[in-house]
Amino acid sequence: MSAAPALVLDGVRKSFGKHEVLRGIDLELAPHEVVCLIGASGSGKSTLLRCVNMLEPVDEGRVVLGGDEITAPGVNLDRVRRRVGIVFQAFNLFPHMTVLRNVTLGPTKALGKRRADAEEDALELLGRFGLADRAGDYPDRLSGGQQQRVAIVRALAMEPELMLLDEVTSALDPELVAEVLSVIRELADAGMTMLIATHEMSFARDIASRVCFLDDGVILEEGDPEQIFSAPREPRTQQFLQRIVAAGRL
Amino acid sequence: MNHSGASGRRSTLIALASTLVFAAVLVLVVSNAPGWPSVKQAFFNGEVFRDSLGVIPEAFLVNVKIFLIAEVLILPFALLIAVLRSLPGPVFFPLRALAVVYADLFRGIPTILVIYMLGFGVPALGLSWLPIDPLFWGVVALVLVYSAYVSEVYRAGIESVHPSQTAAARSLGLSHVTALRFVVLPQAVRRVVPPLLNDFIGLQKDTALVGLLGVVEAFRQSQIEVASTFNYTPYLVTAILFVLLTIPLARLTDWLVARDRRRQLAAGGAL
Repeated sequence: MSAAPALVLDGVRKSFGKHEVLRGIDLELAPHEVVCLIGASGSGKSTLLRCVNMLEPVDEGRVVLGGDEITAPGVNLDRVRRRVGIVFQAFNLFPHMTVLRNVTLGPTKALGKRRADAEEDALELLGRFGLADRAGDYPDRLSGGQQQRVAIVRALAMEPELMLLDEVTSALDPELVAEVLSVIRELADAGMTMLIATHEMSFARDIASRVCFLDDGVILEEGDPEQIFSAPREPRTQQFLQRIVAAGRL
Repeated sequence: MNHSGASGRRSTLIALASTLVFAAVLVLVVSNAPGWPSVKQAFFNGEVFRDSLGVIPEAFLVNVKIFLIAEVLILPFALLIAVLRSLPGPVFFPLRALAVVYADLFRGIPTILVIYMLGFGVPALGLSWLPIDPLFWGVVALVLVYSAYVSEVYRAGIESVHPSQTAAARSLGLSHVTALRFVVLPQAVRRVVPPLLNDFIGLQKDTALVGLLGVVEAFRQSQIEVASTFNYTPYLVTAILFVLLTIPLARLTDWLVARDRRRQLAAGGAL
């Protein structure tokens, strides 16, 4: 018997008004697994990630995090969210706080760490990702790549058991993508469990232990990256990948 | 705007000349009006002006006291109303409804009526444990009326902070209130300082309404002077005092607006 799955989604459904964005998602992540979600814009990738940490309440189905059902009634969602890190496409750093304060806000205000301890840990993390000299800067003084790396550090400072990455390179200038991807690769090598929505197909192929193709609110096909990218079974997956290749992204 | 060199000097000269011409025309029109000599005597009497300079500025200190106390109370009270209105979920519906009713009511009723109702109505209840000082009720009335306006200003600020900021804060496991306090409100308040100061300029003027309750502030004092001299010049003195008080706040507001614009340009829309 192996350890409990890091994350289980069981029949998750989510609608916005009449539009059903997730139409029954079943997904399981083992500890240290890196799963990439691919699919067209509007296929439900972002919504799926936001349902995992309950930024969006799910309409139906269960989400089980490390053995705890977080969709059960009466669950303290603030406690749940402390265990899950999420990084957004648009960084969403707090513009009125320095980089250091951005990183220490969660540990001090949500985890109750002493400020001095939180700052020490934050500086160490920032240093690990080449950002030590930017600790005193405000986010608008940083490049997009630096901002996104700070956002990753901010999530990591909570010592999450699972990281959710939502198109984290989509808002970046092309020359800044690599520095962010290398950070994610480092996390994968360190054994972080991650669920990644991405348009970077070669990155997904390289880093993922499993790839899920999301289409119209369901996981239409999943498998190891070799199989999905070289020999997709579903016609819709084939179509999607052909368009990606035509756009020069694979 | 480029004010460098000759073209800058030239536009300054043009502005000066057109202002002088405008002022000259105004003086000519007014001083040639058939009723000007009597108006001049009634409103611009030098002797009465000098005599008023003792008592009215002293009474004006009461206005200053009223608005300083009121502003200190309005800032947190209006914020509380705005925060109540932003609470999510069905549990807080009564509080949200209360905040809405409050803002509608006190923005709707003319300030002068609120002052009369509180200043004359409440003491008339004869409840011995309530203060009967008209100054107290005047301040309460102004706080109630202006907090309704200022709470709307705060609310606009809260709603101007992008929801992604709240999402980022909540995703770190911060509670709604903690996210509001450390992430949303600091950004919201910064943005609403200019319109908030604008409301305070209105408040400073409305301190004159407290005089209607019998509190001897600048306007009430000038009425007393007018009654004893049969001359309206004391009103002019009062008007000048109010304007002098407003100018620094108005310039401060302008400066803050300009500074924000510069900052936005400097950030290059990166946010």
